[in-house]
Amino acid sequence: MASEQILNSPTLSKNDKKKAYFDLVNRNKPKPPLLRNIFWAFVIGGLISVIGQGLLILYSGQGLDEKSAGAATSATLVFAAALLTGLGVYDNIGKFAGAGSIVPITGFANSMVASALEWKREGMVFGVGAKLFAIAGPVLVYGFVTSWLIGLIAFIFKG
Amino acid sequence: MATKKLGKQTVRFQNPPVILSSAAIAGPKEGEGPLGLYFDQLLKDNLFEEETWEKAERKMLFEAIILAMNKIDLVPEDIDFMLAGDLLNQIISANYTARQTEIPFIGLYGACSTMAESLALGSILIDGGFAAKVVCGASSHYNTAERQYRFPTELGVQRPPTAQWTVTGAGATVLGESGKGLRVSHATFGKVVDLGISDANDMGSAMAPAVADTIVTHFQDIGGNETYYDLIITGDMGNVGKGLVQQLVAKEGYNIADKYTDCGVLVFDPAQDTHAGGSGCGCSAIVFNSYLLHEILGGKFKKVLFIGSGALLSPTALQQGESIPGIGHAVVIEA
Repeated sequence: MASEQILNSPTLSKNDKKKAYFDLVNRNKPKPPLLRNIFWAFVIGGLISVIGQGLLILYSGQGLDEKSAGAATSATLVFAAALLTGLGVYDNIGKFAGAGSIVPITGFANSMVASALEWKREGMVFGVGAKLFAIAGPVLVYGFVTSWLIGLIAFIFKG
Repeated sequence: MATKKLGKQTVRFQNPPVILSSAAIAGPKEGEGPLGLYFDQLLKDNLFEEETWEKAERKMLFEAIILAMNKIDLVPEDIDFMLAGDLLNQIISANYTARQTEIPFIGLYGACSTMAESLALGSILIDGGFAAKVVCGASSHYNTAERQYRFPTELGVQRPPTAQWTVTGAGATVLGESGKGLRVSHATFGKVVDLGISDANDMGSAMAPAVADTIVTHFQDIGGNETYYDLIITGDMGNVGKGLVQQLVAKEGYNIADKYTDCGVLVFDPAQDTHAGGSGCGCSAIVFNSYLLHEILGGKFKKVLFIGSGALLSPTALQQGESIPGIGHAVVIEA
């Protein structure tokens, strides 16, 4: 244990105290189990993708064209994630999978349904209506902004 | 002249107020924890037969206050002031509880230090001769706190190992100017201390400097040290924060390690997957008003330094680039 005083140190400036304290915190802070987290993110994220691929093949086999089969796959995954959120299961998956269950489209569905459930008691307009995109909002906003930029680039250079 | 003031931040009571009664109501997860048997009442679920979590939280606080009074056959009309607070915006749990109790109300916000803050101020009112009986209380609720400070509860996010679990519970203490019981002999009001931690998932590290500062200042003010106490107990530092408090205090020359514990560490079992332990106003409120007072009354401890620890966290301020200020308020309980 380092013995130099931090709180009432006569020599350290306010910034030095912050630095000394940051060092102390970093030495004491438990580290997240990174390898385990990465492993489960890979497995669960991969599993969701495999299920998506399976659905795509299934729907294509039923006679849907590529675009429609893709849309049907997304709709199915979104529905499943919404249902699992409502049943209180998805947050438990997220606890293990981390980004593995946030990044796929199912994570987007979870973020909306979780918000809807959370704020339904504040009413349909200023509760659910206003807060539905509280988590998903940034994804949409920057998704749109990116597509505008790409559209603009395409317009200028391919004119 | 401030004749009852001691040193920089401490007050010493001339007629130490008496802890006449206390009550603690806790949620189901807290009931399954190591202290479950000490609580007066446990909720079957987090809604407590109400429509919303916010309503459940204020019902807990109300019931805890009424129960603490009922135990010694008091009714709200017998109480001069009610001092209470919670974590929610506009301290709605305390406000709406006060609407129901109709006791003259002093609303407090000290984040998770509110229980200790209310005891300190309530003791001042009594020792100053401004009140004969006051009731002090605080509450928190896992679901109301999560949605206000962090994410919707059903969102699939991973909590880091430093994260703490907001306790669902409410505690209340009735203080009086005379009678039989434990006494509040000193109170030390903390300074707001902020050493730059800005991680909302690491409240223990954010609060530790403020809490350590209050402990050290308390020792200096009373002209004593850790040997004065059988137990030094903080409100909700959790595992990470507790270690930091211990080290910061050691750097100032006081070794509290063998008599120091934390309500947030005691309230949950590591197997309950809460990561760094419990937090919230309710954490220290339920542990103080059940387990702790019970053990002091039982003779296990004679002189206890109880420090409420508050992270004065605001999601808005954090988004604007601010760090999290901390505060610690201490009271001394003597058998």
